[in-house]
Amino acid sequence: MAEQKFSLSVCVCVCVCVCVCMCVCVWAVRAMMCGCGRDDFQEELVIRPLHSGDIYASFQFRTVWETDFMRGNKVSHYRLFPKSLGQVISKFSVRELHISFTQGYWRTMQWGQPFQPSPPGAELWVWFQDSVTDVDGTWKELTNVLSGIFCASLNFIDSTNTVQPSASFKPLGIGNETDHRFLRYATLPREIVCTENLTPWKKLLPCGSKAGLAVLLKSEKLFHSSFHSQAVHIRPVCQDWQCKTTSWELRQTLNVVFDLHNSAQGKREWSLFKMFSRTLTEACPLASSSKIYIDITDNPQGEQFEVSPATPLLSQAVVLGDRRTFSVYDLTQQITFGTVRSLNLLIRWKSSDMLRPLLHAERYVAGYGLQTGEIHTLMYNNHPYRSFPVLLLDSVPWYLRLYIHTLTVTSKGKDNKPSYIHYQPSKDRLRPHLLEMLVQLPPNSVTEVTVQFERALLKWTEYTPDPNHGFYVGSSVISSLVPSIVAMDTNSTRERPLFSSFFPCKEESSYFVRVYTEPLLVNLPTPDFSMPYNVICLTCTVVAVGYGSLYNLLTRSFQIEEPSPGLAKRIANIIRKMRGVPPL
Amino acid sequence: FNKTLKLLMLNQWLTVRCVLIPRLKSPGVKRRFRIYSSALLVLQWLTNKDYKGGERFLVKMAAPLTLLVILSVTIRAVLYRSSLAEVISERVEVVSPLTAWKRVVEGLALLDLGVSPYSGDVFHETPLIIYLFHFVVDYAEITFMLADVITAVALYMAVMDYNKQVFRKQKYALEADRYPLDCLELIRSPKEMYYIPLKVAMFYLLNPFTILSCVAKSTCGLNNAVIALFILTTIKGNVLLSAIFLSLATYQSIYPLTLCAPALLYLMQRQFIPVNFRRVSFWWFIAQYAFMYLGSLFVIVGLSFFLLGSWDYVPSVYGFILSVPDLTPNIGLFWYFFAEMFEHFRLFFLCVFQINVFFYTIPLSIKLKEHPVFLIFMQLAVISIFKSYPTVGDIALYMAFLPVWSHLHRFLRNIFLVSCVLLACSALFPVLWHLWIYAGSANSNFYYAITLLFNVAQILLVSDYFYAFLRREHHLSYGLYLKRKDGSEATLVLK
Repeated sequence: MAEQKFSLSVCVCVCVCVCVCMCVCVWAVRAMMCGCGRDDFQEELVIRPLHSGDIYASFQFRTVWETDFMRGNKVSHYRLFPKSLGQVISKFSVRELHISFTQGYWRTMQWGQPFQPSPPGAELWVWFQDSVTDVDGTWKELTNVLSGIFCASLNFIDSTNTVQPSASFKPLGIGNETDHRFLRYATLPREIVCTENLTPWKKLLPCGSKAGLAVLLKSEKLFHSSFHSQAVHIRPVCQDWQCKTTSWELRQTLNVVFDLHNSAQGKREWSLFKMFSRTLTEACPLASSSKIYIDITDNPQGEQFEVSPATPLLSQAVVLGDRRTFSVYDLTQQITFGTVRSLNLLIRWKSSDMLRPLLHAERYVAGYGLQTGEIHTLMYNNHPYRSFPVLLLDSVPWYLRLYIHTLTVTSKGKDNKPSYIHYQPSKDRLRPHLLEMLVQLPPNSVTEVTVQFERALLKWTEYTPDPNHGFYVGSSVISSLVPSIVAMDTNSTRERPLFSSFFPCKEESSYFVRVYTEPLLVNLPTPDFSMPYNVICLTCTVVAVGYGSLYNLLTRSFQIEEPSPGLAKRIANIIRKMRGVPPL
Repeated sequence: FNKTLKLLMLNQWLTVRCVLIPRLKSPGVKRRFRIYSSALLVLQWLTNKDYKGGERFLVKMAAPLTLLVILSVTIRAVLYRSSLAEVISERVEVVSPLTAWKRVVEGLALLDLGVSPYSGDVFHETPLIIYLFHFVVDYAEITFMLADVITAVALYMAVMDYNKQVFRKQKYALEADRYPLDCLELIRSPKEMYYIPLKVAMFYLLNPFTILSCVAKSTCGLNNAVIALFILTTIKGNVLLSAIFLSLATYQSIYPLTLCAPALLYLMQRQFIPVNFRRVSFWWFIAQYAFMYLGSLFVIVGLSFFLLGSWDYVPSVYGFILSVPDLTPNIGLFWYFFAEMFEHFRLFFLCVFQINVFFYTIPLSIKLKEHPVFLIFMQLAVISIFKSYPTVGDIALYMAFLPVWSHLHRFLRNIFLVSCVLLACSALFPVLWHLWIYAGSANSNFYYAITLLFNVAQILLVSDYFYAFLRREHHLSYGLYLKRKDGSEATLVLK
């Protein structure tokens, strides 16, 4: 009996020991392998009814991971952070990566500022670590890898559309290295964004599209909208206020503007189900926070629209220089879903009027014919009494030959000389033009920047398959610190809604805004694609006529023409020759 | 007294030409010789009295030349002030990527921004041009008018000198009894040669092509001035200056390199050095000229290097001329050909087309070694037809020489057709350009077809003059009225 007891206790001891050992081992291995600690995932949806009557929905998914990709040992254990992107970061020594795919153009004048600006088409900008020696080679490889990850034509990024802006694109994360040799910026304004780009983007989320806010991302509805933009931003951020250690932040954002008049048949009513054909039933279980914000700043008493179900939670945040009030729905609280266990937000409008953003810009091509043209960029400062500087970045492909001496900047009818100009002329078939300048925008004014260009005739193989559609020129980028009406929060580590914490804020009195203009569609003169053979033959014929006539005169001499004898005589002569008799 | 003498001389000449020559065809050797010797006397008298006094001659001709210069400058000044100037400066026929004024201004603007003008692909002028316009950019119009005037005056003086030599040679040939008797018709009279220099200046200054080129401020005008100065110094027999201007012209646009052959032939002819490969004096002269040429080229190239402190301009100027990366339409043969070329044949055809420009130098020099000035004309024409970025300014330069060959007109075969085609093409260029680029109702083939026709017409024009020149030389040695064996009138053919 005692023996039996003893053996049992030994058994238990062994079992406990093994269990403890295993636990310790697993913990140790995990700590060793990931070489890091916590990771955290947050998701958020902001809904803002726009004054134009449209509705703006902005999804943000943020994964923060306290790790260091750049250390010698490889990071091989991934939990929330997508492995494909982690490997990209460590393989290519990326310090910051920003990529966006956008369909449609953000109408700043009607919609105000977006939370994350992006140009139409695809945009990619990357800061590499300063340990990278061959930046161009790494950039080329990286674009090809990203092209595979996002199923996009990023592999068309080459030296002809890549630039190194000197001032416009500073790192958004921590780090004071600003040597623009490690920066690469490229846009593909022609890129068409579709379901095939959305699916890999969704796969990067910890919950995929199975749970949480991501269930709303159904392509058949998302792409039936006025504006659609999805982006991935990776950057190192501070872990805490002292900023002793860094962690990596992955932000996936998706912005969409729905046209109410189109999708709601003129009825000014909006709901989650109408927009996304889904309702919400749960938060992503892996998320530490999952919230929906509805901007009700313009609707304090509920006189413009009403929101149902009503929520008692209100939140205030300073975003884009303005203090906004939001209704908050916390999806991690079961009570949010109510008795039907499903959340379907509903907004009903009552009236509307227009708003004016402080800074917006537009661009167009002037002139006619296929020989020359002029790019006009209009920048509006709608601030009543403050002037502020903006950085304008233009990257124009080489086949539009810019003439920098024709550059004019005028505000209020007067010449407005830029205080800083960085210009890099293009090289044919190698690199585009890069024009960056710092312009002071006077209060309440329109500043017009014009520059003339000449359209080149390309080789017939350099044209796109539909050459008469035209060639796209990427958006101009306008970066600015706009004076803020309310004090901005400069503490980057304080807990804030995701949408208000993207651009780091250094000053209290101003906030950072990036505005993209429309891409341009420019026609080039085309050769006739159907007749290379004919052209080669005809031109060679002309050269041969020149050669032949000179050759003729050079090698022959003048002689008196003797009449040729008749046929009978010639035959007779041949016979006589055969006979050996002298000819006639 | 002078005037009466001249009148007397003219009368005598007219009797020779109009009354006596027709009778020459009738037999009577003695009478023939009498007429012949009297003609000779007249010629001798003329050369002694009129052609040797160069200064007097200059004074006499200065007035019309001044008038011509004033007239042409006025035309240009008026056009500069009119709204046409802007339209003209955008015409692809008038300016090429190499010579456009807009690009010169762009290069200066890039320099002001602190960017090397050669770091981009817009500016393709040589560093000396930047340096020149760095100072005179505000007086650009005057500079270009001055360049045209310099070209015209240089050509005028060169042709005058050349005519004197032609005349002297003709005199010696007559004295040596080298011409057949019935060739008196082909002998050139001082009267018809008297106005040729003025006509040359007029052909250059009043040629619409030159005017357009000048109003567009195409730097082609400057290149033409350099080439004209090269021709002048060569004809004046100044070896050093000839080499310097040739190296300057080569530095500006590679192609004038081929003009070294006629220059050498001419200078050797002038110094009575036989063109014989076995003679030391021949090689010694070539070595001298080559040394001067390469020396000045080296100085110019080194100077350009020190102006900007880099060799960037070499690929940007000469690489651009030779590899033809810019396919902007022009009047030449390259742009559409290389726009439509299959990629793997591009290099081959590029080599073929560029060699084609230089290729004619050797055979033409062999054929025309006695006539270097005609060789210069042929070379200029070949360059302006087959160069990679031709403009109408290049054509104007060789067309200025046409009056020098006015004595060939009786042997030209299709001058009427060719001039009609050239005129029609010149008118059609802007029309078809408008249809293609602005109206959108035509495509590139229309413009291309016109460039083809224009070039064919130029080729025919040049080869026609070449034919006529050779034929006249043939007649000068074999007689004008050739007979067959059976005594009937013969026709000449090339065999």
